[in-house]
Formats: sequence, C-alpha cells, structure tokens
Amino acid sequence: MTAIDVQSVTRRFGSFTAVDNVDLTVEPGEVVGLVGANGAGKTTLIRMILGLLAPTTGTLAVLGSAPSRELRRRIGYVPQNLGLYRDLTTVENLEFRAAAFGGSPAPSPYTDDGLIGALPLGLQRRAAFVAATQHDPDVLVLDEPTSGVSPLARSKLWNLIRERAEAGTAVLVSTHYMDEAEQADRLVLMSRGRVAGTGAIADIIGDVGAVEVTAPRWQEAFDLLDGSGPPVTLAGRAIRVLGADVAAVEMALAQAGVVAEVRSVAATLDETMVLLDS
Amino acid sequence: MTWGATDLTVTYGETAALSAVTVECVPGEILAVVGGDGAGKSTLLKALAGIGVLHQGTLTLPARGLTGYVPSEGGIYRDLTINEHLDFVSNAYGLSDWRARAADLLARTDLADFSDRLAGKLSGGQRRKLGAAMALLPRPELLVLDEVTTGVDPVSRMGLWRLIAGAAAEGAAVVFATSYLDEAERAGTVLLLHDGRVLAAGSPAEVAAAMPGTVTESDQRGAPERSWPRGRRWRDWDPNGVRTGERVSLEDAAIVAELIATGEAS
Repeated sequence: MTAIDVQSVTRRFGSFTAVDNVDLTVEPGEVVGLVGANGAGKTTLIRMILGLLAPTTGTLAVLGSAPSRELRRRIGYVPQNLGLYRDLTTVENLEFRAAAFGGSPAPSPYTDDGLIGALPLGLQRRAAFVAATQHDPDVLVLDEPTSGVSPLARSKLWNLIRERAEAGTAVLVSTHYMDEAEQADRLVLMSRGRVAGTGAIADIIGDVGAVEVTAPRWQEAFDLLDGSGPPVTLAGRAIRVLGADVAAVEMALAQAGVVAEVRSVAATLDETMVLLDS
Repeated sequence: MTWGATDLTVTYGETAALSAVTVECVPGEILAVVGGDGAGKSTLLKALAGIGVLHQGTLTLPARGLTGYVPSEGGIYRDLTINEHLDFVSNAYGLSDWRARAADLLARTDLADFSDRLAGKLSGGQRRKLGAAMALLPRPELLVLDEVTTGVDPVSRMGLWRLIAGAAAEGAAVVFATSYLDEAERAGTVLLLHDGRVLAAGSPAEVAAAMPGTVTESDQRGAPERSWPRGRRWRDWDPNGVRTGERVSLEDAAIVAELIATGEAS
C-alpha cells in the first residue's frame, strides 16, 4: 500500500491557492525529497499530510485512510524548530512524547541529560529524531532535518534516516539544500503551489542551463553582467549567468572589452528553483 | 591590505573556542568558514568583526567603521521599517550621500517594494537580506556574515549571493560562515573548522585534493565508522587507498577531515 497518496489536492485560503492540483506519492521504504522556494506550498502540503489542514478538493490518504488523530500515532514528524521542550531534559522529552504517543520511551542517544535547550544543536537534532521515531512510525515527515550541523553530523543523521527507510518507513523530507536533496531517492519540486518537476536531480534540472564565465579578473566581468537581466551568481571565481544565452553573454563581454572564457553548463538544483520563480 | 587573524586563540573558561586559527581575508575575495554548531565559526567571525573578543594572537582589521557585520541572529529592530534601519545605519556610521546606494542595495535584494514595511512583518529571508544591505551600506572593506543563508529559501539565498558577490567585486574582503558544502563551493577559499581548529584551508578544489586516501561508492555498506549514505548507495573511505585521478568532492573531504579529527575512523 502506498504510504502517502496525494491525488489532485488543492488547498485554498480565501482567494489564494496555496496548493494547486498536486499529486505526490511515497512508498514504504522510499525517501522522497520535497523541494521548492518559500511560498511553493510545501508547508501547506505537509500540514495536510499530518492532518492539521483539510484539502479544499482532491483526495489525500496516509497509510490507506484520510489523516486523523488516530492515524497521527503512526506518523513521526520533526519540524524545522525540532518540537522539543527546551526546559525539559532529553530523557523527560522522550518520556513525555512516549506518554502522548503510547509505547515506552527510547533511551537517550547520548549521556548528557541537562536541559535540552542548552545542548549543542547536533545533539538536539538527534534527540528530535529519536523522539519522532521511538513509537516506530510507518511514515516519517522531516523538515530540513540536518540544518546547521557539520558535514559529518549530517552524514550520521542521514545514516539514521536511511536505516529507517530500509526498515520500511516511508520518509518525506522537505529541504532547501542540495546537500540534503542528494540523499533522497526521488525529488518532487514545487513552485507556486504546483508540482514543477519530479525525479532525480538531473531529471528536475532537465535542460535548464547557465553560462559560466571565467575571467582573469572576475570582479570586472561580474560588475558588467550583474544587472544585465538574467540572475547572476558566483561559483568559486567563475560567474554563472542563469538561463542566459552564450552568444548574448559573449557579445556583452566583447562590447565592454572584457576578456573572458564563456561556456554553457547545466544549472544546479537551486539555480533551477530560482529560474522557476523569476 | 589583507585582513585576518594569525594564531588566534579564544578561551571561554576551560573551553578553547578557537585554537591557533590563522585566516587571511583578501580584498575582492570570498572566504567560506565551514563547520557545524560549536565548531567556533561565530567566535571567529565576531573576532574578525572587531567585536571585543578576548584573545591571544594577532588580528589585522580595517579601521573602525570599515567593517560590515551580520550576526547569526538578531541585528534587526522589529519596530523599525526597512528605510528606518538604513537611516539608522547612516547616522551610526556618519554617512553622507548614502541614499543612492541604499536604493541600489534595496533593488538588488528585491526589498525596494517593502521599504516602509516594519521589519517584524518581513519573512526570514527578507530580514537576512536587510541585515546584509545594512552591513554593506557603509561600503565596508571587510564584510563578515554569520550564517546569513541558513534556513533561507533558494530564491532569497540567490539574492544574498548576488549581494555578497557584488561586495567582493567592489573590492571588499568577504568572509561568511555556513554549514553547507554546496554553498561553500561558491566561495574562492574554504576554511574547514572543527572544535576550534582549522582542519583544512584552500580553494574548494585544493581542499578536496588534499584528502588522504580514496572514497568509493557502492551498493554495500562498508565499515560503519568509515562509510556514510548517499541516497541508496554508500560512500566508503579507505585511508590507504591510492587515487588515480578520480575527482573527490568537497563533501567527502570535509567528512573525512572530521573523521580524522574526532579519531572515529581509527
């Protein structure tokens, strides 16, 4: 059975359509990444999956039935702000959550049992993950689960997430970052309430491109190209002009007498998101 | 003139927040300080911003008023509008002729349409862009940005990047902190910080190339203390492997550097 099954779901707030005819599925054992800019509708969609909001139209099933309070016991959720009680210790947080969800609390993932709000963020993130998974949920919803931690700590958190998926849990991860999006089996890109692309990162980027400009003095080329129309950004000392045409960039550089090498490159995932929204 | 720190050590009580850190901030260049929570990023950036951090070692900083700083939190008055923030900065720094620059900064950050809006009513990304615009208003020689892009969506992040790159193009030395490697790769130079120590420094390509051993990817998980997931596959570090020209990612190099520093892989 499909763990999360969203079919033609629309959610309106007054005259504003936050989620517009969206389809999304997550199978057991699958890690699906939900990406998109602010206002894309990710949060509204997650709130509907958690049963906190009802769709205006369309059908939404989690583990085969409409989201409900009873069903919430089979879902684990780690919000962006972690959802921990900062004035309780880690053990108290886990005990409280176990009492609310049923079952017994998992052991703390570390020895320090001071107030959780005073612990390093990496430990808090691990505690939040344990708190959300100790009732052995079939569906796990994570909002930027590794924000602010080191590359090694991030890889360890993803190890825990991957272990859950391998045990059969369906995982939906909302993120803004490539480092996290690369960990998903499949991505769903939302833009302005709609699904704008699905698949691997390469599928989503498709043929969206950028023009990369390398100049002995990148600052000079940047000054020239920034404000010329298309969004301009940097990668190391190379300038990237998003969605631009090689010939147009070459001409702009030549007219200003700026010596540079110009070539066409694929866009990155976040550059693709920027172009979609511009 | 190059700014920076030499052998910078900062101690809070018994804890060394920074141990003999040397960092160079070159005008027109962007430096990314990468590390997790507790690595010492904020302490280093505060010291570079000239905020009275008690230290040993040498700091070489611009004259007062020529550093722009955006802290990791705060720095914004919820009850002032965007225009009032810029007005406040111009007064604090004693700027004249700043209005054209303010208008340009607001246009570049897509904030021009909200200039009379209270900061408390702005989105997180808009507040970070306002912080960066305030820091840039006095045309600083050194621009210090502490995790300005954390939690910010890709569109606002690109706007912040445009500002950062523009500041460097104007000749400012820029240093920014991040915990994301995809972002660090946008900088000319990367400094990996862990437990207050520098694990590696150089261009992203140099840091990756300096990684000892090899990292290979396969369907099978390797030794738990030396492997990590990448999607459904596993990356596995062999400390004694010999590379034959294959490209190492900055992420692999950063994870391996931390494994070595924590002694976890031994």
